[in-house]
This record gives sequence, C-alpha cells and structure tokens, in this order.
Amino acid sequence: MLIRIQPEPFDLARLLDGFGAGAGAVVTFSGLVRDDTGTMVALELEHYPGMTEKAVTDIAAKAQARWNLIDLAVIHRYGRLPVGEAIMCVATAARHRAEAFEAAEYLMDYLKSRAPFWKREIGPDGPGQWVAAKDADEDALSRWG
Amino acid sequence: MKIDVLYFAWIRERIGEPRERVDTGASTVRGLVNQLIARDERYAAALSDLSSYRVAADQELVDFDHKLEHVREVAFFPPMTGG
Repeated sequence: MLIRIQPEPFDLARLLDGFGAGAGAVVTFSGLVRDDTGTMVALELEHYPGMTEKAVTDIAAKAQARWNLIDLAVIHRYGRLPVGEAIMCVATAARHRAEAFEAAEYLMDYLKSRAPFWKREIGPDGPGQWVAAKDADEDALSRWG
Repeated sequence: MKIDVLYFAWIRERIGEPRERVDTGASTVRGLVNQLIARDERYAAALSDLSSYRVAADQELVDFDHKLEHVREVAFFPPMTGG
C-alpha cells in the first residue's frame, strides 16, 4: 500500500511500473484541475498535515480489507495546482475487475468527503471562492453502508 | 486546561489565525465553541453556524458533544473537498 500526500506532480506510469504483481485487474483514476468558471488558472488546496495522512491511510486500509486488494496506491497533492494538472490518483489491484472498480469508487467517495482537503479557485486576479462541498458527495457515502 | 486550536480554509480567514493555544474550562467541543464565539465578532462570524463546519479532536472527526478531557488538539474546518 502506497500513500503519498505531496505538493509535487506525480508520474502515473512510474507508479504503475510493477504495481499489483499477481493481480488480474488494475484500475486507476486520476482527478484533474477543471476550469469551472472559464477564467480559472489554478486550484489552491489547503490540507491538515497529520490528519490528512491518518485519514487517507484509514480509508485505504478499509478498502484494502473490504475488497481483499492485492495492492493499492493513493497520491493526493496540495498547494497551488494549475488547470489541467493532476490533483490526485488512486490505483487498485485485485484478482477481478469488479473488486478493483468498486474499491476505486469507494476510495474516491471517501477521499472527497473525509480527507481533510479544501479547494479554492484561483482566477486571473488571485484567490476567489472556496469550493463548497456538495450534498451529493456526502450522500454517496451511504451506499457503502 | 490548554488546548491547541486549529482553523482551516474560510474559518481560518474569518478568525485571522491558523492556530492558537486556548485556555479553557469547557468539558465539550460545544463548550469550547461557545467560549470562542463570546470573544468577539470574528469568532462569531466563523463559528456561530454549527451546521456550516466540522470538528476534529486529536485529528479524528467528532461531534459537538465530544468530551475534551485528554484532548490536546481541536480543529475547526469547512466540509472537506478532497479528491
């Protein structure tokens, strides 16, 4: 299991080199900075050092146990991230694809609402709005029981 | 009892500090919130609407009735937007 909370960009191809040896299925998801306003230049991600690592490790350990994953990786960045760059990625390796897909969705749902990150839009004139959490993201957790 | 209190995102901006050490006799998170709100309007603006933010005690999410005994660090922050 690999967990990294870092400001630097990451190389997904390098991460996947040798990832999930013995698995029948590997699923990866990458989240990118999207321009929601038409004038956004970046997202600024604030986080809670210490709690972030604990929360992400806890979420990952639950996914690993629930789907009996062969391997799992989460990389999540913080700091100022330009539009188009990757914010984060998850990778899951399992014997079969259903487990790998489900575990990746679980990780994404929990990272969205339970990992202590806060996003703010950066426009041409500097910092703008904090991104509000969506009720739908909170509701998504209920499907996992 | 002294507790490290941390603020994040717009809560940090409204209060104007990322963290501080607070001397408190409060027995629960709710008591600590009431103590802070009574200080001045910056704290009131940040913390009065309990439905608008979340609380962690020693880096675990808790509710407002959580007991502060043995707690060293409390953090206030908006609902998280990771992923």
